[in-house]
Amino acid sequence: METEPKALLEIRGLVKGFPGVKALQGVDFIVRRSEIHALMGENGAGKSTLIKVLTGVYPRDGGTMRLEGVEINPRSPKMAEALGISTVYQEVNLIPHLSVAENICLGRQPTFFGMIRWREMARRAERALRRVDLKLDVSQSVASCSIAVQQLVAIARALDVSEKLLVLDEPTSSLDEKEVGELFAVLRKLRGQGTGIVIVTHFLDQVYAISDRITVLRDGKLVGEFETARLPRLKLVSHMVGREITQPEGSARGAEAGEADVKAEPLLEIKNFGRAGSVTAMDLSVARGELVGLAGLLGSGRTETARLIFGIDKAQTGEMRVDGRRTSFHSPRQAIRAGFAFTPENRKVEGILPRMSVRENIVLALQARQGLGQMISRKRQLELADEFIRRLGISTPGPEQAVGNLSGGNQQKVLLARWLVTQPRLLILDEPTRGIDVGAKAEIEKTMQELRAQGMAILFISSELEEVVRACERVVVLRDRAKVGELAGDGISEEKIMHMIAEHGHGH
Amino acid sequence: MKFPLASRYLPLLATALVLAGLYVAGCVSFDNFSSLRVAVNLIGDNGFLGIAAIGATFVILSGGIDLSVGAVVAFTSILIASLVEDHSVNPLAAIAAALIVGSLFGAAMGSLIQWFELPPFLVTLAGMFLARGVGFMIHPQSHGIQNDFFLQTVSERLSLPLNNRVSFPFTGTCFVVMFVLATFVAHYTRFGRYIYALGGDEQSARLMGLPVARTKVLIYALSGFCSALAGVVYTFYTQSGDPASCVGLELDAIAAVVIGGTLLSGGVGFLAGTVMGVLILGLIQTLITFKGDLNSWWTRIVAGMLVFLFILLQNVISSASKRLRG
Repeated sequence: METEPKALLEIRGLVKGFPGVKALQGVDFIVRRSEIHALMGENGAGKSTLIKVLTGVYPRDGGTMRLEGVEINPRSPKMAEALGISTVYQEVNLIPHLSVAENICLGRQPTFFGMIRWREMARRAERALRRVDLKLDVSQSVASCSIAVQQLVAIARALDVSEKLLVLDEPTSSLDEKEVGELFAVLRKLRGQGTGIVIVTHFLDQVYAISDRITVLRDGKLVGEFETARLPRLKLVSHMVGREITQPEGSARGAEAGEADVKAEPLLEIKNFGRAGSVTAMDLSVARGELVGLAGLLGSGRTETARLIFGIDKAQTGEMRVDGRRTSFHSPRQAIRAGFAFTPENRKVEGILPRMSVRENIVLALQARQGLGQMISRKRQLELADEFIRRLGISTPGPEQAVGNLSGGNQQKVLLARWLVTQPRLLILDEPTRGIDVGAKAEIEKTMQELRAQGMAILFISSELEEVVRACERVVVLRDRAKVGELAGDGISEEKIMHMIAEHGHGH
Repeated sequence: MKFPLASRYLPLLATALVLAGLYVAGCVSFDNFSSLRVAVNLIGDNGFLGIAAIGATFVILSGGIDLSVGAVVAFTSILIASLVEDHSVNPLAAIAAALIVGSLFGAAMGSLIQWFELPPFLVTLAGMFLARGVGFMIHPQSHGIQNDFFLQTVSERLSLPLNNRVSFPFTGTCFVVMFVLATFVAHYTRFGRYIYALGGDEQSARLMGLPVARTKVLIYALSGFCSALAGVVYTFYTQSGDPASCVGLELDAIAAVVIGGTLLSGGVGFLAGTVMGVLILGLIQTLITFKGDLNSWWTRIVAGMLVFLFILLQNVISSASKRLRG
């Protein structure tokens, strides 16, 4: 045991099914001490199921799980915690109104004859936070902390429970690069102390930056376990999707001739547009048939720009022109009437109605625009739903399926379909590819290119530079809630965008 | 950064101001309003409502609702009256039996809510009909109690003399003791904190490994216990049992909880607020009694407006703190 790095966690032949779905079919998964192990796969690969079986949320149907050589069978998150498996879930799971200290200690509060010792609890919380290099007033409510801090608080809680095995389910999807860096520093420190860490993420860069090993799942089966340093990226991606990667069709710069004419006149033009606390003095234009990207770090003002344009927030300075005429929107309703559409970043909170069917979700925006007086016939609704299910390749058993039962990528497509049904002239897509798998991403990108070719103006917001570079013919770069530059055509590259962001940052 | 935390106490402060304002207004308008007797009666007369509201606070803090409160109070009172008068059961044994029945009744509703994932509104609505009906089965109308324990011991021997004219009634003592115990449970026990966690975000509480199921069942058991205790105190107070009494008491209790600053969606609130809410409702009643020429239904109108104002206030505060966080 002294010399041999014994497996911390050893899962063999794990089987788990749900009615109609075989979520896991004989999966092996091994995590060693002092190791950061990335668990990767497309949606439906079985990552979440594996994590949930491991953490006692679901019972398993077959296979063995050993922790430090001892057979385990966790039947609840609490049991898993007691065994030494702590988890931080994708949507930070804390109680917003309770204090940081309580959130760290809930369930394990220090007591004296059954009475909670609040001071001791605060000290314990502070100690736990020091392990993630965080110092803050533990009596403040969690709701008053930023997402990044909440994430670290959740990790501090997990570590306070146990340091053996830490499971992080997409911990970085709400963090900007600086915050990710801080998180990774903490993870490396923990690895140095012997903790085994399982990380689930969609960001390839991050996997290569942090992980020692990668286990890839596909369709509920194990593809393989690899040492990160010896697995080329392209190989990883092809393992994940199970086919050779090809560039999405109709790439922006390989576009057909003749579109320059269409583009001559901008559909939307804003000058010196801004609002205190939102974005400052922004110039931007989008022409028909043009795909313009908004690039920048999280918090750089991308979403804020979209909100200003769409009339959710009202601009205080500058002017907006649509078709060359001065316009200002006081509400999204006016923007929608002008032919604008906006798919917001957080589809779960702001976009999708999970209990309603695919058909109902798709028809919603069209119905809203027509007013309640003019009902759209059921026949027409079904036609529209069928058309978009086909056009966008939405994978659903049928138009009456509840949207909540679809995968993230397909939910995003439904949201997109909802707006396309209104035939908008300008489509603003805020992070349409967040949290969805590689295949779905490529399909969304392909759809964007098709729409652009049909003459739609598209404003595309993404935190993945690679995507922006691949899709857009013009990129507006933001930093600290202001525009810092613009790139076009062959001048667009990830390096240039990053340089632009970096050059203008003097503080960092 | 400071505001969101302070905003937790803001509704409580508003409640305290309303209470103080009403009291001062009464003292200025009426000569005897400031007397010790008025204050003592305020607490004693509202003892059963107060205890019921304490139970309701726990349920609402957890994000649930209990509509069976009034019916359980009435059921308890007629059960005790019948046991003591018709079956010659020892009064203390009858009270203990009533408290146990009330707690089990609550636990049963909690179990249905937890294990069958039924909405609390409907389960406790059914519980309300059930308790009310069984109460009438026990005895179809008001039943006076002649037992010495109720006439002498509780109303006289257990009162605490404050001076030679005024003494603090046992019903008030029950209320005060219950408040102290409940505050302790809410703030100094793990169970109490689980209630807040459950109301704050049930999904997170589950994933944090908290004993969600046990807590939920216990919350409704606690509410059932409080309702039964309120029934006991009501029996002391009226020296009778009545299956038709306390209709809509649960709504008064909910009103007191809301006026006390507890979020109806759960997770935020204080028992001290609820007690102040109960006293506010009592004070309005007292003020109207003093005035003499006003219809007592004005109590309801004023209470309604207060509930409305407090909901509005909470909305303003929560959206203000959201804006602050950006």
